Amino acid sequence: MTGQAASPATPRQASRRQGLSWQVVAGLPTLVILLSVPAWRSSGDQQLLTQLLTLLALAEVWNLLAGFGGLISIGLQAFIGLGAYGLYVASDLVGLEPVVALPLVTVVIGGAALVSALFVFRLSGGYFAVGTWVVAEVVRLIVSNISAVGAGTGVSIQSLAQFGPAGRISLTYWLAVVVGAGSVALVGAVMRSRLGLALRATRDGEVAAAILGVDVFRTKLIVYVLAAAVSAAAGAVIYMSLLRIQPNAAFSVDWTARMIFVVMIGGLGSVEGPILGTVIYVAMHQWLGDFDTAYLILLGAIAIGFTIASPGGLWGLLARLIPPLRRRHFNVDLSAVGPAQTEAIK
Amino acid sequence: MDWLNALLQGTLLGGYYALLATGLSLVFGVMRLVNLANGDLAVLAAYVALVVVRATGINPFLAILPVIVVLALAGYLLQRLILNRTVERGPLPPLIVTFGLAVIIQNALLVVFTANSQGLDAGAIENASIDLGNGLAVGLYPVLTLLVAVVTLGGLSLFLGRTRLGRALRAASDDREAASMVGIDNDHLYGVAMAIAMGTLALAGIFLGIRTTFAPSDGPVSLIFAFETVILGGLGSLWGTLVGGIVLGVAQAFGNQVNPAFQLLAGHLVFLAILLFRPQGLFPRAGVRQV
Amino acid sequence: MSLLDVQAVDSFYDDLQALFSVNVTVDEGTVVAIIGANGSGKSTLLRVIAGLQPARSGQVRYDGVPLANLPAHERVARGIALVPEGRRIFPSLSVLENLKVGAYRRRPGPWTLDRVVDLFPLLRPLLARNAAVLSGGEQQALAIGRALMGNPRLLLLDEVSLGLAPTIVRQLYAGLPAIVSAGTTILLVEQSIDQALAAASGMYCLLEGRVALAGPPAGLTRDAISAAYFGI
Repeated sequence: MTGQAASPATPRQASRRQGLSWQVVAGLPTLVILLSVPAWRSSGDQQLLTQLLTLLALAEVWNLLAGFGGLISIGLQAFIGLGAYGLYVASDLVGLEPVVALPLVTVVIGGAALVSALFVFRLSGGYFAVGTWVVAEVVRLIVSNISAVGAGTGVSIQSLAQFGPAGRISLTYWLAVVVGAGSVALVGAVMRSRLGLALRATRDGEVAAAILGVDVFRTKLIVYVLAAAVSAAAGAVIYMSLLRIQPNAAFSVDWTARMIFVVMIGGLGSVEGPILGTVIYVAMHQWLGDFDTAYLILLGAIAIGFTIASPGGLWGLLARLIPPLRRRHFNVDLSAVGPAQTEAIK
Repeated sequence: MDWLNALLQGTLLGGYYALLATGLSLVFGVMRLVNLANGDLAVLAAYVALVVVRATGINPFLAILPVIVVLALAGYLLQRLILNRTVERGPLPPLIVTFGLAVIIQNALLVVFTANSQGLDAGAIENASIDLGNGLAVGLYPVLTLLVAVVTLGGLSLFLGRTRLGRALRAASDDREAASMVGIDNDHLYGVAMAIAMGTLALAGIFLGIRTTFAPSDGPVSLIFAFETVILGGLGSLWGTLVGGIVLGVAQAFGNQVNPAFQLLAGHLVFLAILLFRPQGLFPRAGVRQV
Repeated sequence: MSLLDVQAVDSFYDDLQALFSVNVTVDEGTVVAIIGANGSGKSTLLRVIAGLQPARSGQVRYDGVPLANLPAHERVARGIALVPEGRRIFPSLSVLENLKVGAYRRRPGPWTLDRVVDLFPLLRPLLARNAAVLSGGEQQALAIGRALMGNPRLLLLDEVSLGLAPTIVRQLYAGLPAIVSAGTTILLVEQSIDQALAAASGMYCLLEGRVALAGPPAGLTRDAISAAYFGI
């Protein structure tokens, strides 16, 4: 790292650094505004934003797996539920401060994802997807049988009562800002790192990536663990807001449905797409109200439409119309595949 | 004797799982498409049967033919109009589209039929049983389910092995472009494969509806059972599907024998154990492309 | 009137142009060879004619009718069959099933299972065998036989000799006159010149996607052909 910093920047590195600073310029004021929200908005608005920011975190990591890594998971709800229950255990049963419990749970559940990886990484493509779902089902069934956490009926988080209603909502909101903004920063950082390069190479062809010296298994494992950890953190914050944890809801595949719809509508394979998708999702939800069934039918249809007509989602459409939004470093370096292309033409 | 009974009941239950998994297996075999709506389509079939039975008052078994026709037609159209636009574009688009479809079906059923459980009443056969002596008895209906599964798999096996269309399906599965070079219209053929798969799902849905009550939210768990059956049996192997279903059924029956709360968990755990120690499944088809 | 008329065809792989305004004419009942070095666009041209690869401009006329965007499988129904590079036989099917699937469109014509096996007797003992276990030469015979089962009027052969021993190549080429006399016109692509020119009555040489030389092989000197082939 230090050696790289000392060497003169190549144009490519310079453009990356420029891109980073552009994001920091836009991101820092946004972060400051977000953090100040409890001072000037109601508890209801804070709860809405908490919902938005946690969904953003989930969408970002689902996109990290699927859009950048080609790993399609429909089982991240396993880690959402575990994050929620983990927070209950660490704060209510063990007695840790919720602010301490959250990072601890994030790390521990991230580590637990290694066990899940042992099974699901034996499958690939569509069967990997269903495999992750089976693991989530197994976790749900096991948790539903543990009486210490309320078995099938669930538990209520009490440890946040010490902050009072308004204090609890603000604290939860600030943690949601950390998780939401943190997930954007994390995915952005991963995609700029060697890991991100290895990840895209793996998505575009595992065999070719392996030939280029990428440790395919390790690359996939790292992002899988990262996605699990962020999902756990988001799950914990979501249930700090909801308070009542029930296994069927906490481990519901509906969480994944939301992530997928947000990413497919906002834009697969870009850091910005999930942000756009989350805002649209929450706006639609506000507009259409809590009529969940019709809402999900509509979302499903829109997501199918985007998948077929514009796999890059709304962000992809915008980027096509407004060239400066196009991000060269997310595209595959064509010079590397030039000879192979020529070879194919006989 | 209780364990022997569990083995027997589990084996029969495996027939139902095989029926549920046949469509998933066929569609994956022909076009490498994992249909995440597989379970919801089976539940949809049960509701279509319910509508037919309510409208005409006939026995659910007589509704099998019309429901198969309806679902097969819907499957052909689904493939031609939507899924064919996704199959050549990597694993993600078909997964998203079938997942979206699953969500749409589930919620649409919820709107039309509410979350209340429904059932198909097939009359006396549901409770009839065959006494095997020594305190063992098997239900006539589970035996019938297993028989239908065997006949379905056998018929499909003959179709793929002996007919012009079956040969074309296998050729397209080997090499899509080379298939078009011998004059095969892949879009149509994929439509045919989906129609057949949906036909088997129609059967599975009706047998589900007679076996137990069903609700719009039953789709996901049906998908997971079908998926475990396919992986347990070995990808691309039709008869492996039957064995996979039986292994899953027996594992669940044994779990139930220990404690009714463990029924589903036992099935999942056996699946995960086999995934860990024998990821190619119990009966992998020789020469099939690794997925 | 010629059976096949390729008129000013351009074709691209994404942004890479593979064919530049290529013109090729094939008369019914003849054998025409397209030669050219690796990467000269020969396979692309056959794929365009077979409908597997779009022509961005220009047109392919077959039997006097422009094929436009007719998909590959419909072209097979009209009598255009391609024996592709790499043979592309169906590995999970038996040899017999590969031949039967070749007749998928049920196009009427002289070619039957018996006649194909008579043409390539080496296939006869292999019929029940899984096609994946055949040798390269056997697979090539099977690929040609599979195409003939569709009773094509125009047979496109892509590098029949590639990677095969000279004896088996001679055996395969020995079958061509019988195919032509049964009423099938042949357009073949080769890298190795001698075998192709001996069999053909017309010749085109492609160089970097353009026709560098055309004419009956008898009227062309060895030097002219090498010059067009290597671009010197």
